[in-house]
Amino acid sequence: MKRLKLLMMLCAIVAISLAGVNADAKTCVFCSEGSPEGFNPAFYTAGTTFDASSRPIFDRLVLFELGTTKTIPGLAEKWTISPDGKTYTFHLRKGVKFHTKSNYTPTRDFNADDVVFTFERQRDKNHPYHKVSGGNYEYFISTGMAALIQSIEKKDDYTVVFNLLKPDAPFIANIAMDFASIFSAEYADKMMKAGTPQEVDLNPVGTGPYVLVQYQKDSIIRYESHKQYWRGPAKIDKLVYSITPDASVRYAKLKAGECHVMPYPNPADLAQMAKEKDIKLMQMEGLNVGYLAFNTEKKPFDNVKVRQALSMAVNKQAIIDAVFQGAGKIAKNPIPPTIWSYNDKVKDYSYDPVAAKKLLAEAGFPNGFETDIWAMPVQRPYNPNARRMAEIIQADWDKIGVKAKIVTYEWGEYLKRSKEGEHQTLLLGWTGDNGDPDNFLAVLLGCDAVGSANRARWCYKPFDDLLKQAKITSDVAERTRLYEKAQVIFKEQAPWITIAHSVVFKPMRNEVVNFKIDPFGGHVFYGVDIK
Amino acid sequence: MIKFLLRRIAMIIPTFIGMTLLTFALIHLVPGDPVELIAGERGITPERHALLRAELGLDKPLIVQYGNYVWDISHGNLGKSIITKQPVFKEFITLFPATMELSFFAMIFAITLGLPAGIIASVKRGSFFDHSVMGLSLAGYSMPIFWWGLLMILFFSVFLGWTPVSGRLSALFWIDADTGFMLIDSLKSDEKGTFVSAVRHLILPSIVLGTIPLAVIARMTRSAMLEVLTEDYVRTARAKGLAPFRVIMIHALRNALIPVITVIGLQTGVLLAGAILTETIFAWPGVGKWIVESINRRDYPAVQGGILLISSLVILVNLGVDMLYGVVNPRIRHNK
Repeated sequence: MKRLKLLMMLCAIVAISLAGVNADAKTCVFCSEGSPEGFNPAFYTAGTTFDASSRPIFDRLVLFELGTTKTIPGLAEKWTISPDGKTYTFHLRKGVKFHTKSNYTPTRDFNADDVVFTFERQRDKNHPYHKVSGGNYEYFISTGMAALIQSIEKKDDYTVVFNLLKPDAPFIANIAMDFASIFSAEYADKMMKAGTPQEVDLNPVGTGPYVLVQYQKDSIIRYESHKQYWRGPAKIDKLVYSITPDASVRYAKLKAGECHVMPYPNPADLAQMAKEKDIKLMQMEGLNVGYLAFNTEKKPFDNVKVRQALSMAVNKQAIIDAVFQGAGKIAKNPIPPTIWSYNDKVKDYSYDPVAAKKLLAEAGFPNGFETDIWAMPVQRPYNPNARRMAEIIQADWDKIGVKAKIVTYEWGEYLKRSKEGEHQTLLLGWTGDNGDPDNFLAVLLGCDAVGSANRARWCYKPFDDLLKQAKITSDVAERTRLYEKAQVIFKEQAPWITIAHSVVFKPMRNEVVNFKIDPFGGHVFYGVDIK
Repeated sequence: MIKFLLRRIAMIIPTFIGMTLLTFALIHLVPGDPVELIAGERGITPERHALLRAELGLDKPLIVQYGNYVWDISHGNLGKSIITKQPVFKEFITLFPATMELSFFAMIFAITLGLPAGIIASVKRGSFFDHSVMGLSLAGYSMPIFWWGLLMILFFSVFLGWTPVSGRLSALFWIDADTGFMLIDSLKSDEKGTFVSAVRHLILPSIVLGTIPLAVIARMTRSAMLEVLTEDYVRTARAKGLAPFRVIMIHALRNALIPVITVIGLQTGVLLAGAILTETIFAWPGVGKWIVESINRRDYPAVQGGILLISSLVILVNLGVDMLYGVVNPRIRHNK
C-alpha cells in the first residue's frame, strides 16, 4: 500500500513537471551559432548579430518580404520619388508601438522623430549620439549613404523627406538593410538625460515582433512576443536563442529535441539529417557567389584570352561534387539566380581542356606558365573548403600546362594582401546584403571598387558605364536591361571564373511550421509557429 | 611563514611583468588586423582603415602600445573589447563563474575518483585492478577532448537521453543570472525543477573536462603511494599491528599526498586550458571560449586581459598549494 502511495505521488510529481513544460508550449528554441557582437545592428556587419538584433527587435522603413528579396512597406506605409530621383518622401505608419522595458515606458507612438534620430545619429558627426558606444557605422559608410544623403527633413509627424545629392536607384533596397533599423528617439532622450546613453544599444527598444528580455553572453538570449506589434503579435510567445557554436552539437541538440531550428549544418551531416524522421530539412539557393578572380592588372591575366582559356580548363561540376558535396549549383553569372535581372541567356564556358590549351597557345603561351592560386583559410557559405577547391583547379590547370602554386594566409592578412593586389589569382566570394544587383556588380566589379572589394582589379569602361547608368535609373525594366547586358560583357571578358552558388540548408524539427528561409541568410521567427 | 609568503609574493611581480610582455608580444606577433577582419570581404578604404586603427591606438609603435597597456593595467584598467566595446574586466567577470563552476566540479570528479583508484591500485599492485586503472588512465590522458566530448554527447544525450546535450540550463526555465553560478542561481529561483536541470547540465562537461586530471591524479597517487608504502615507518606501523586501513589512509597517504597536491595545483592550469575545448563542445559560456573567439577576431585587449587574469589565477592557486604543503605534512615548515 505504501509503495502504491509512493508510486502515485511520483506520478503526480512527473505530471506536474510535465504540465509546467506544456504551459510553455509556445516556446521556440533556436540553436544559434554564436553570440551577437552587440544589439545595435548599425555598428556591425555579421549575420549572427542581425539574427539577434535587427530581425527580432527592430523594423525598418522598408522591409524585405520574407523568403524573397522583394522590398515591401514597413514602418513607412508608402513612399514617393521625385522625377529627378533625388528626393524620397516617406509616409509613416500610424499607431506603431515601441517596446516597454523595465527602464522605459513609451509615452507616444512611432513617428518622424524616430526616423530622423536613427539616420542623423549615423550621418551627423556632431549628433549627441554619434560617438556613443564607439560609433562605427560600417554599413552606413560602405553603402555610400554618408556621401549620398544631403539632408533628412521632418515635414510633419508622419512624413519624412530624404534629399540625396544624386539619384541612387538602390536607395530603397539599402534602407531595408539591417543597419537602418529604427530606434526610439524618446528612449534615447531619456537615457541621455539619465547619463546612460549606451543603454540604447545594450538594452534596445524597437518596434519589432520580439522584446529582448535577457542576454547572457555565449549562453542564451531570451525574447518575449511584443503583444502590441503592428503586424499582430507573433505566434510564439517566448523565443530563446541557445548559443551553440559547434555544428555537431547543434545537430545533437536538434535530435534530442533541445532546439527547434538550427543554422549552418555540417555538409557531411546532411544525408543523415534527411533520413531522420523527427527532422525536416528545408533548402534554398543562397544569395551568394563563390569565384576565382584573376588579377587583371598583372601579366598574363591582362590578356582576355588567357582568362578565357583558364575558365574553360576548370571542371566546375567536379568542384560542386567534391567541395560542396552536392549542396551547390554551378555559377555562370556574378549574381545568383534569385536576384532580379539574372541573365539566364548567358552561356558559360564549358569544360574543354583541349580548346583551352589551343586558346592558351593563341594567347602566346603554348607551354603554359607559372602562377599562384590563393585559397582562403576560412569556411564560408560560398566556399566550404577553399583549399580543396584550389587543389582541384590546380590539377585542372596542370592539364593545360599552367603550373599553379597554392598560397594561403591568415584571414585578415589574406583580405589585406589581396586588396592590395598581391595575388595573381584568388578564391573568394560574396553574400548579398540587399538583393539589388548593384550590391554584387558595382561592389565587386566596379571601377570604384578597385583597391577594396574588386579583387580582380578589373576596370572595364563599357561594363562600368552600364552599372553607373543603372544606378541612376529608377525604372526597373530599364535597369534590368542594363544589368543583363553587363552580365554578357562580364562573361566575355572573364575577370572571374564564377564557380558556385551554394545551397543553404535549414534543419528543423517537424513541429516547426511556417518557417521561411531568408535569402539573405538570416533567421526570422515572426510568423513561425510550433504545432 | 610570513617571510616565506612575502618572498613568494615578491617573486610574483617579475612573473607578472613577464606575463604581460609575453601575452602582448604573442598576440601582436600573430599576423592579422582587427580592422581588416571587421571589414571582411567588403574591404575598407585606406583612409578609413587608417582612421579606425588610430581610434584603436594601433597606429602607434608597438613599444608605445605596450607602455600604454602596462600603464593602464597598473591603474587597474584592462581596456575595452574592440568588438563589443565593453570593458574587458566586466566581460571576464560575467563569464568567469561558468568556468569556475565547471572547473570546480571537474576537479571534484577527478579527485573523488582519482585518489581512491590510485590508492587501491598501489595497494593491489600488479593485480587486474591495477592494470585496468593504469591502462584506462593512459587512455584518458591521451584522449582528444573534442572527440571524447562528442562521443559522450552522442551516447548519453542522444542515444540514451539521460543528460541534456549542452548549455547550462534547459531553455524552458527563465531565471536571472545574479551570481553567474548556475547551481546557486537555480536554487534561488522559484521555478520548479531548475536546480535539477542545472545539475543535469553539469554532469557531462564535468566528466569530460575532468578526464585528463583524473588520469593524472590516479597515476600520480599510485606512484607516490608505492614509494611511501616501502618506507620503513610504514613497515613499523604495520609491525606494531595497526589496522591496514589506518596504515594506508593515515600514515602512508598523508605523505604520498604532497606530490599529488602539487599535481592538482598544476592541473588547475590544465583545467582552464582544457576548458576552452570543453566549453566549445558543451556551449558552456565561460572564459575559455571567449578567449579563443577574441584571438580569432584579434581583439587585442580582450585576449591580453583574459590571459592575464587567468594566469594570475593559476599563480594564486599554486601559491595556495605551496601553503598547503605545510598543512598536509608538518615536517615541511616554511620558517626559513
